Amino acid sequence: MEKSLKIAIKELNFFYRDFKALTDISLDVYAHEVTAFIGPSGCGKSTLLRCLNRMNDLISYRRIEGKILLDDQNIYDPNVDVVSLRRRIGMVFQKPNPFPKSIFENVAYGMRVNGFKDKAYMAQQVETTLKSAALWDEVKDRIHESALGLSGGQQQRLCIARAMAVEPDVLLMDEPCSALDPIATQKIEELIHQLKETYTIIIVTHNMQQAARVSDITAFFYLGELVETDKTNTIFTRPKLRQTEDYITGRFG
Amino acid sequence: MIKSSNSGKSRCRTEKIIRITFFCISLASIATLVLITIFLFMEGLPVLKEVSINDFIFGKYWYPTDDPPAFGIFPLIVGSIAVTGVSSVISIPLGVLTAIYLAEAASTNVRQWVKPIVELMAVLPSVVIGFFGMVIIAPFLQEVFDIPTGLNLFNASLMLAFMSIPTICSISEDAIFSVPTELKEASLALGATHWETISRVILPASLSGITTAIILGMSRAIGETMVVLMVAGGAAIIPISLFDPVRPMPASIVAEMAEAPFRGDHYHALFATAVVLFLFTLLFNLAADHISHKYKQVGASTL
Ligand SMILES: Nc1ncnc2c1ncn2[C@@H]1O[C@H](COP(=O)(O)OP(=O)(O)OP(=O)(O)O)[C@@H](O)[C@H]1O
Ligand SMILES: [Mg+2]
Repeated sequence: MEKSLKIAIKELNFFYRDFKALTDISLDVYAHEVTAFIGPSGCGKSTLLRCLNRMNDLISYRRIEGKILLDDQNIYDPNVDVVSLRRRIGMVFQKPNPFPKSIFENVAYGMRVNGFKDKAYMAQQVETTLKSAALWDEVKDRIHESALGLSGGQQQRLCIARAMAVEPDVLLMDEPCSALDPIATQKIEELIHQLKETYTIIIVTHNMQQAARVSDITAFFYLGELVETDKTNTIFTRPKLRQTEDYITGRFG
Repeated sequence: MIKSSNSGKSRCRTEKIIRITFFCISLASIATLVLITIFLFMEGLPVLKEVSINDFIFGKYWYPTDDPPAFGIFPLIVGSIAVTGVSSVISIPLGVLTAIYLAEAASTNVRQWVKPIVELMAVLPSVVIGFFGMVIIAPFLQEVFDIPTGLNLFNASLMLAFMSIPTICSISEDAIFSVPTELKEASLALGATHWETISRVILPASLSGITTAIILGMSRAIGETMVVLMVAGGAAIIPISLFDPVRPMPASIVAEMAEAPFRGDHYHALFATAVVLFLFTLLFNLAADHISHKYKQVGASTL
């Protein structure tokens, strides 16, 4: 299958006030592939991820240089409508953050704000996405109860369902499994495998095995720089740089 | 081992002493409250020997010094409810919208300046606000609307709104601002606009705080004495227009207490009015308490 370029990050520099959090990042992300961001804590993975759906716009003191092309269009172009951009790029956050609403309303929220009115379609979509997030069986009898009554792992799967319900092109996942037990983690990983048929996925993870299991491409970051990126297989078996190898094998420091 | 258990014992004793001290102190303030309440009822209830409770509450005429006197406080109750109601119509939208603006739209700079100023409004003594209403607003209203007096329901409500806006705004703003950023981000990430995020996520999540703020602001208005005494006009009639003068309960009590013969019927009637006022404010505060407890979980367990 011909690989098609989905996102192209070009010479991106990112500053929080005077602190340079990202230096000269250039990276290509292909459609229907899973790209994993790995690297030690504080190296800028979340920052880069949040550049991709312009979530960093909320921070008044950030400054950004360079380009990010989504389907050949620069998302930082002044003409870009941030709201519809975010609808195309879904995000699952590091901490589960369900709305204090019912389970149903959580999943339906994205559809509601995007103007869907058809009740039957909405109910169908809620069921479908909850099923694909491996949550339906656990919640189908209490779909109209508060989402806050769910366990942390269930909440995280709910957040994944919520992000998928608006059918974005790209799904950004910031350590989606950090709050999950091994079983829930496995379910999420299976889900990621299925999802890449439809979506382009970028996942941040601290878990090397997880990166190896789920991703096609791995990018290793260190101190705000992209150190090495390659096919996951290559990165984990024959990394070019010593630094990458040390990190992957846990000999870092 | 022995040493540590020894010091443990003495620490236990200290704990006990501290606990008893705090218990006594809180007992003292509760006792005061209870005593005041008992006194209030003792001085107020004898009026029922003169009029039935129904005639007292729903009687349309308040002529306490006539012969025979008429002790119907319905106009006073309506006066209180009217000023509180009209002032809420002004203060709730202004207070809550200002809070939304400050918490969500204003830049950090603006917020840093405006919030303390709004809170500072709360420290204006009520007599100053009453004075302002009397000398500035009253003549203005009289002239613009061509009415016999500028001291009326509308003026009093305006001044009361002025007094409750800081309470409503400041407490609502705290509630809105404390909605976790994570929720806001979750909404924006799903393609919601800023306004949709405010109306569908942030406001529902801070509703209990906002409701508490509103009720506290309203209870401030209903119990306020000085302002209504100065600018409400003081006529014990049931108002039909915004520009009718009214005589809310606190104004009536404070204006007449000095003249009412000690332990006479009028005196008892005023205390009974105070009992009614007390029940009103109690109701407001219980409601505020109930609502803030009922919905508290929503905010706390979001993360
Ligand atoms: N809002 C912010 N304001 C200022 N500095 C920030 C902010 N967010 C992150 N940083 C800084 O930017 C750097 C990169 O942070 P980032 O959150 O992207 O790291 P990360 O790779 O996601 O780490 P982790 O694996 O711990 O989540 C860190 O040094 C951090 O201190
Ligand atoms: Mg992070």
